[in-house]
Amino acid sequence: MHYIVPDDAAQRLGMVGSRVKEGQPFIDPSWVERVYDQTCANLDRLTEWGYEWPRNELGGEFRGNLRGPDYLQFLRRRLRKSGVKILDHSPALSLLQADDGVAGARGVSRAYGRHAAGTWEVRAKTVVMATGGCAFRSGATGTFNLTGDGYLMAAQAGATFSGLEFTSNYAIAPATGALTKGIIYRSASFSDAQGQPVPRPQLFRKLADGERVFAVLDKAGDYLADGYRQGQPNIFLYFNRVGSDPFRVPYEIRLFYEGTVRGTGGLLTSEQCETSVPGLFAAGDVVSKERLVGAAASGGGPASSWTNASGTWAGAAAAQRAREIGLRGGERVVRNVSDISGTGASKDTAAEKDITYREAFERVQAQVVPLDRNYFRTGAGLRAGLAELDALWAKRHRIAPDAHADTPDGHVRAQVRWHELSAMIASARLFFTSALAREESCGLHRREDFPQVPGAASTPRHIHVSGVDTLRQWSVPLAWTPTAPRTQPDESATQVSEAAAA
Amino acid sequence: MIEFIHTEACIECDKCVAACPDLVFDAVPEGVPTLARREDCQTCYLCELYCPVDAIYVSPRLAPEQGLDQQAIVNAGLLGSYRRALGWAPGKPAGAAGDLSYRMHEDFPGGLGEAWKRSSRGNAKA
Repeated sequence: MHYIVPDDAAQRLGMVGSRVKEGQPFIDPSWVERVYDQTCANLDRLTEWGYEWPRNELGGEFRGNLRGPDYLQFLRRRLRKSGVKILDHSPALSLLQADDGVAGARGVSRAYGRHAAGTWEVRAKTVVMATGGCAFRSGATGTFNLTGDGYLMAAQAGATFSGLEFTSNYAIAPATGALTKGIIYRSASFSDAQGQPVPRPQLFRKLADGERVFAVLDKAGDYLADGYRQGQPNIFLYFNRVGSDPFRVPYEIRLFYEGTVRGTGGLLTSEQCETSVPGLFAAGDVVSKERLVGAAASGGGPASSWTNASGTWAGAAAAQRAREIGLRGGERVVRNVSDISGTGASKDTAAEKDITYREAFERVQAQVVPLDRNYFRTGAGLRAGLAELDALWAKRHRIAPDAHADTPDGHVRAQVRWHELSAMIASARLFFTSALAREESCGLHRREDFPQVPGAASTPRHIHVSGVDTLRQWSVPLAWTPTAPRTQPDESATQVSEAAAA
Repeated sequence: MIEFIHTEACIECDKCVAACPDLVFDAVPEGVPTLARREDCQTCYLCELYCPVDAIYVSPRLAPEQGLDQQAIVNAGLLGSYRRALGWAPGKPAGAAGDLSYRMHEDFPGGLGEAWKRSSRGNAKA
């Protein structure tokens, strides 16, 4: 969690400077300051609300880490105290739209304990989308709930995306584990199966070639090692439970694809966090973070600051829009943006489907997960991937429901899985379309066939993309403006990808 | 991936059923929840954290463990070890005061580690 302490110029310089170095040329330093300043103000409010901070040896409060389970529980209690109703285990499947903008959402509720499965619909004057990024259920902890559902719903409403080529973020984890926090690897040495050192820049190539690589956290002294252990207990659960000492004994590592969870691209929004779809606001990882981190990975620090600050801004702007709509809101005629019935509406039995859920899911993963496809990118590879993804999108209604359809909420689970799969296909098509368009290498986008970085001679360009069945891609010169983003591509947009309905 | 619920310790409160983000468990009337959809487990340990009696063991490995010895894990004191490491009371948070993450930030290169130290001191109460 990065933030700027008011009136501390040296701290401001340190915090912003570390970002700017990595984020060129797409970063906007004044935007970094604005995000970090808002985060500092929010952390003050959190303190007023009674959040307890750890203290360092000098007695200073350390506010740079919001431990997930504690923080979420704190916010949840706060929301409940304020009278907010929370629908747990109830994913949204479609936005609702009125003539003058987005007007709510619909979804389903999973069955658990005494809660029965069902459907829900919320009519609202505006909507703030905070569905997170997409990591394609790659297996890292957290990725099962980050399947790009928001991208699909927003794309169906006509939203424009930006920077989705800055998405090839892979993170290190123990070979048989699931946790990908990268911070400990600042203290790591890497070696191959023969014990020979592997310089960090060669790590990805070696793993892509199927070689085994090992890590040991031998650069951490006792003080820092304690900091890791007691600051990040979930990382060390792995080592404690398998009974190994990561500070002394090398352990085999692997990479997990993290997509836009720690990657960068997402929905294009205005400074007020309004998307190009009227009435649809967005916060957190679902939004492009290019202005904050440029082409680089957002990591945990800037990303959580962004979640914090953008939530404040999106909420304020959405509330303002709601006030403008006022009583008129009750008279708006509302329609579904997309058909949410999914497999539930299909009369086909499983035997009449072309492809099983598992098979379709594995085909999506085969396109986005392999390093040789999505880390070391080439035009040929991206085009082949896109063709496969277009074909999957076209036949998504012919994907048989997931197994377990016969358990208590099986039909809802199958419907949710089908929607998530559709969202992963849609997200991957947007990612690959953007990656094909940027014929240069920068930050989280590496083109083997275009290794050159954005030139100093010409203005860098943003890659924009929109669409669901037919995708459109265009680019605009880099220029940060406070105005709302354009809704539609202009005549320069290329129709790059089309998935004919099956 | 979740390995087992220690049935002798379980009080059948079904907190794990609600806490799991992926609905791995099915509640059983008058019984211990079942691990109905283990393949949906993403090893987040939230069921362990919210279990008020430390009756759940999640293996840190992605794949099911072969020949896992439940009693050895119980005897080794691994049940509830994540909850204790976070300083939680049984089944509920108890503040992040023991979080030593600041040491990682103080170690950042360049002016950044110093910036983190300054930001912490700046917040110190007299």
